[in-house]
Amino acid sequence: MNILTQPWPWYIAGPLIGLMVPLLLLAGNKAFGISSTLRHICAACIPTQAKFFKYDWKAESWNLIFALGMIIGGFIAGYLLQNPNPIELSESAVESMNKLGVKNYSGLIPQDIFNFQQLLTVRGIILMVVGGFFIGFGTRYAGGCTSGHAIMGLSNLQMPSLIATCCFFAGGLLMTWFILPYIMNL
Amino acid sequence: MKNFRFLLIGMLFGFILIKAEVISWFRIQEMFRFQSFHMYGIIGSAICVGMISLLIIKKYKIKTFSGEEIKIAPKEFTKGNVIGGLMFGLGWAMTGACPGPLYALIGSGLPIIIVPLASAIIGTYVYGILKDKLPH
Repeated sequence: MNILTQPWPWYIAGPLIGLMVPLLLLAGNKAFGISSTLRHICAACIPTQAKFFKYDWKAESWNLIFALGMIIGGFIAGYLLQNPNPIELSESAVESMNKLGVKNYSGLIPQDIFNFQQLLTVRGIILMVVGGFFIGFGTRYAGGCTSGHAIMGLSNLQMPSLIATCCFFAGGLLMTWFILPYIMNL
Repeated sequence: MKNFRFLLIGMLFGFILIKAEVISWFRIQEMFRFQSFHMYGIIGSAICVGMISLLIIKKYKIKTFSGEEIKIAPKEFTKGNVIGGLMFGLGWAMTGACPGPLYALIGSGLPIIIVPLASAIIGTYVYGILKDKLPH
């Protein structure tokens, strides 16, 4: 049972994630990617005249079912088989995050920053609402996310995916090193 | 249900994401601060395995389980790869999540993550409306 509750090392988890690429191709000629689900949800749920959402989203419903599966998989792994121990971070990371004002290290995310009360604070709104908006707008504008570009695209030797992945990283570094310290102090 | 297999594969993927801890805001911070090899090891080995799998599929012209020829659409370069990519990067470091992890985190018992997910859906919607006015 231990292996099911303990976190997995990178050399187990990474190759398993990579196997998603051939698995989805063999199972139905599907390209691995998650951010498109956000577009399908818009097309299915929000009435609009925008051409971008006028397509047969039902033909892509496998992607939504896949996302539903991820919620269930998350429930099994993160709730039913929850790791009883706190996450094992490097000492230097804890030190850096202490400086940012993080106090609660008990779960997978800092629950003192990501909770419903924090939605009443400027910091909480920026991190959760603006951050979420950037994910949705940015991934669609970029044509994919970490799975579609960084894993699927790079596996398929796509130059646009390499450019996009470098930009994902550049954006993340810019936020972490230069902007996040200010947001966390709000 | 013809899509049932994708539910199972999704479950497997959600499970792996949680056990790999790649959905953790802490781990994403650790990655962007270069304080641990964990995330780099995961992304790097995932790409290697994906790449080798595709080479094998192409070399031996392996077909899908139902016998179809495997086709992968190429990605086309647009300015969005850069501008949108940078924007997503900012959001990735703020929320500590990309689209996949949002779903897995909600499932793991964190209903608060519905907020960034809803916001991401709105972000995609706004992109769809503005698409023709943006540089591509």
